[in-house]
Amino acid sequence: MTTQLPLWVTIPGSLLLVIGGLLTLIGSLGLIRLRGFSARMHGPSLGNTLGGGCVLIASMLTSSALLDRIVLHEIIIAACILINSPITAMLLMRAASYRAIARKQNDRAAASD
Amino acid sequence: MNAVFAGALWFAQLCLLLAIACAAFRLLRGPAAQDRVLALDTLNVNCMLMLLMLGMRSSSTAYFDMALLMGLFGFVSSIALAKFLLRGEVIEP
Repeated sequence: MTTQLPLWVTIPGSLLLVIGGLLTLIGSLGLIRLRGFSARMHGPSLGNTLGGGCVLIASMLTSSALLDRIVLHEIIIAACILINSPITAMLLMRAASYRAIARKQNDRAAASD
Repeated sequence: MNAVFAGALWFAQLCLLLAIACAAFRLLRGPAAQDRVLALDTLNVNCMLMLLMLGMRSSSTAYFDMALLMGLFGFVSSIALAKFLLRGEVIEP
């Protein structure tokens, strides 16, 4: 652990870390608690994006204070998460509804045989 | 003052450990394939955040590169898996 972090990093960094960790835990807990795929979809895509953003801002603050200059690398990861999460959610939801329709058609074809 | 930050880091890592356990549970016994893909995506993001927290704890910049790679590859792999579920093929002619 580092020896000296200034006050303007410690307080917002700690708050953001606690909030980000809790939000990520809530988002992932939705994977277990919720029933059905379309309900389960919401937990990670909301909670993980917000929690990840909080942790990324905390990391940006910490590395800026440690290196004594403004460090903005984490914006790349944040952009990745921000692009990733809605696209994955949309594609997975389309895949789920497509698979449900296909299975229903298969059942109907098997029943009529 | 740094004890506060170390405590917050410890708490956040504990939360992320539980989140990874939740995602792994759903990955192991998801009823359908799309549940497993969603759980894998969540697991990837959680592990990436865990790496960032390890980097904050050890104040080294090598962890950031690993987290960036995990983010990029997670993006590609989630989209490829979802596309495969949707069309049965990843790259169409």
